[in-house]
Amino acid sequence: MKTNASLRHAKPFGVAILFAVALWYGAASRAADHPTIPDTLQQRIAACTSCHGVHGEGTPGSGYFPRLAGKPAAYLVRQMQDFQNGLRKYAPMEYTVRQLPPAYMREIAEYFAAQQVPYSRSPLPPVSAATLARGEALLGKGDPARRIPACASCHGSQLTGVQPSTPGLVGLPYDYISAQLGSWRTHTRATVAPDCMAEVANRLSESDITAVAAALASRELPADTHPQPAGSVTPPLSCGVLGATGDPS
Amino acid sequence: MKRLRWLLPSVALLIVLALGWGLFGGSGSRPTPPAASKVAAASLRDPALIAKGEYLATVGDCAGCHTAQGGARYAGGRALATPFGDIPVPNITPDRATGLGDWSFEDFWQALHSGKGRHGELLYPAFSYTSYTKVSRDDALAIFAYLQSLPPVHQPAAAPALAFPYSVRNSLKAWRALYFREGEFKPDPAQSAEWNRGAYLVQGLGHCNECHAARDTLGGTPQDVHLSGGQIPMQNWYAPDLSTGRNGGLEGWSAQDIVDLLKTGQSAKGSAFGPMAAVVSGSTQHMSDADLHAVATYLQSLPPRAPAAQPGTPFDARTLAEQGEKVYAKHCAECHGKRGEGVAGVYPPLDGNSSVTEPTGINATRMVLLGGFTPVTAANQRPYSMPPFAQQLSDAEVAAVVTYIRRGWTNRASIVRAEAVSTYRHTPID
Repeated sequence: MKTNASLRHAKPFGVAILFAVALWYGAASRAADHPTIPDTLQQRIAACTSCHGVHGEGTPGSGYFPRLAGKPAAYLVRQMQDFQNGLRKYAPMEYTVRQLPPAYMREIAEYFAAQQVPYSRSPLPPVSAATLARGEALLGKGDPARRIPACASCHGSQLTGVQPSTPGLVGLPYDYISAQLGSWRTHTRATVAPDCMAEVANRLSESDITAVAAALASRELPADTHPQPAGSVTPPLSCGVLGATGDPS
Repeated sequence: MKRLRWLLPSVALLIVLALGWGLFGGSGSRPTPPAASKVAAASLRDPALIAKGEYLATVGDCAGCHTAQGGARYAGGRALATPFGDIPVPNITPDRATGLGDWSFEDFWQALHSGKGRHGELLYPAFSYTSYTKVSRDDALAIFAYLQSLPPVHQPAAAPALAFPYSVRNSLKAWRALYFREGEFKPDPAQSAEWNRGAYLVQGLGHCNECHAARDTLGGTPQDVHLSGGQIPMQNWYAPDLSTGRNGGLEGWSAQDIVDLLKTGQSAKGSAFGPMAAVVSGSTQHMSDADLHAVATYLQSLPPRAPAAQPGTPFDARTLAEQGEKVYAKHCAECHGKRGEGVAGVYPPLDGNSSVTEPTGINATRMVLLGGFTPVTAANQRPYSMPPFAQQLSDAEVAAVVTYIRRGWTNRASIVRAEAVSTYRHTPID
């Protein structure tokens, strides 16, 4: 009897526990069913990271989408503004950033500027040793006879960029560099006047562009890939992006 | 009889000439100089009038067309692409040489209300006077006062680049006879003041029908077609049916959902994107709550249309949807949910979303390809975004996943094929 009585009590108790477990399980599985979205900038900018990588590492395999990680923030903001204003033409970027307000662009730029991820190699077309040598010469010394300054004279001695507005060039894919230099010549990439980079690109020949893009993509990376501090270079041209307002030299 | 035979062609010729004069003859008139205007110059400088005009110019999203990419607001300088050729958008700042500096209010009214330029020339209806004709004279005056208060910007407009016969302005006489009814908005006394305010804004300044109704081969919208949804020429987006219809209409939307979308760019039923994202950012988010509720009241009164013929089910629809389900599980469900329910305030639902189920499938296809941020509004200054899948998914995969979401859950829309996806792979910037 005693057992029976306790069983009688135990039954509803057990049912209640089962019911509670079922409720808890149901709620848990419903929660798992529903997406949980983290309130992070990284989550918000999925439109950026799907091409440029979660940490702005670029997609070296595709050979096109450039690395954003570690680029100076002011440079990245400037690029978004140039896409908004139609100075820089690339429809998917123009479409994506067209409405972004300045504060949000700054936040996004600072996110990518602060990322530190290893560089990786991107595909390189077969080029001759002479081409690579010409490219190396343009990177480090320029070509005074044709008034082409060395890339390093603005982009830093190790081509890792200079704060606050000059981008690093190391590790950029061959396809991207050659496409950008071409864009400056066809006016599909421009920036605020005086547009010194447009000047330089127009002094390069087509074979120079191949040479410099190949040399950059095949260069060994320096130990320190951070941009140089502000004021550590004296640019040989006057550049609107660096605050100059006069005519290009 | 002999004489009659000679007479008939002559009469016919005369009739043709008369018709031709009527259709294509001159229609010039002289501008009204500001000094001769019935509106005193001083009254245009009234700050209250200017402030009212600024609000109304924002409601009308004048800057949306009259500003070039990266250009000064209201200074024109871009071309509006139409199926008939490019139409330059004029400078409406008060620059005397290239803008409205020498215009009187009478000139402005003639343009807005009658679709005629200062010299009586017929304006191309890329300027939506088919809607603006409903704007009241008082509101037009406020807008004019505001535009005249802007800093003048010198920016000449290019000449129109239209193909013949559209290049002959007087060919617009025939167009106007078909599609244009001049006249201010007439309130419906049987309806509330709020409904009438909403109808006035939607039909007039808001010019919603210019996108949200289908255009025919002459680029006009037949008079009886109102907010029934249509493909936007050249931009290749589909502006959905704004009636309370199902599958592509606003069935199930509450007034608050409509207000939310227009104010914040997001709602429980869907988010604004494509051209509507620009409309929300530039215009509707700045509308007063009273005006937004008026718009919602009016839209909610639009009876559902007779449902369009249900699309047939092609033999491969099921295979497509099954392939699409796999793509959905891999790329979409994480944000939009397994049942297309979305995440409130973050990612829009896909189930019951009128942009997903609109008749063409263009919107869902392009959203998958382009991704992008939801509109930037005061309520949402750091919006979430969707990755563009153009680089990751093939035409066949996009077609499959779009077919899946258009036919999944409670959605019942037509399938989308890979050929259609390849048509829409390019990215619009206008």
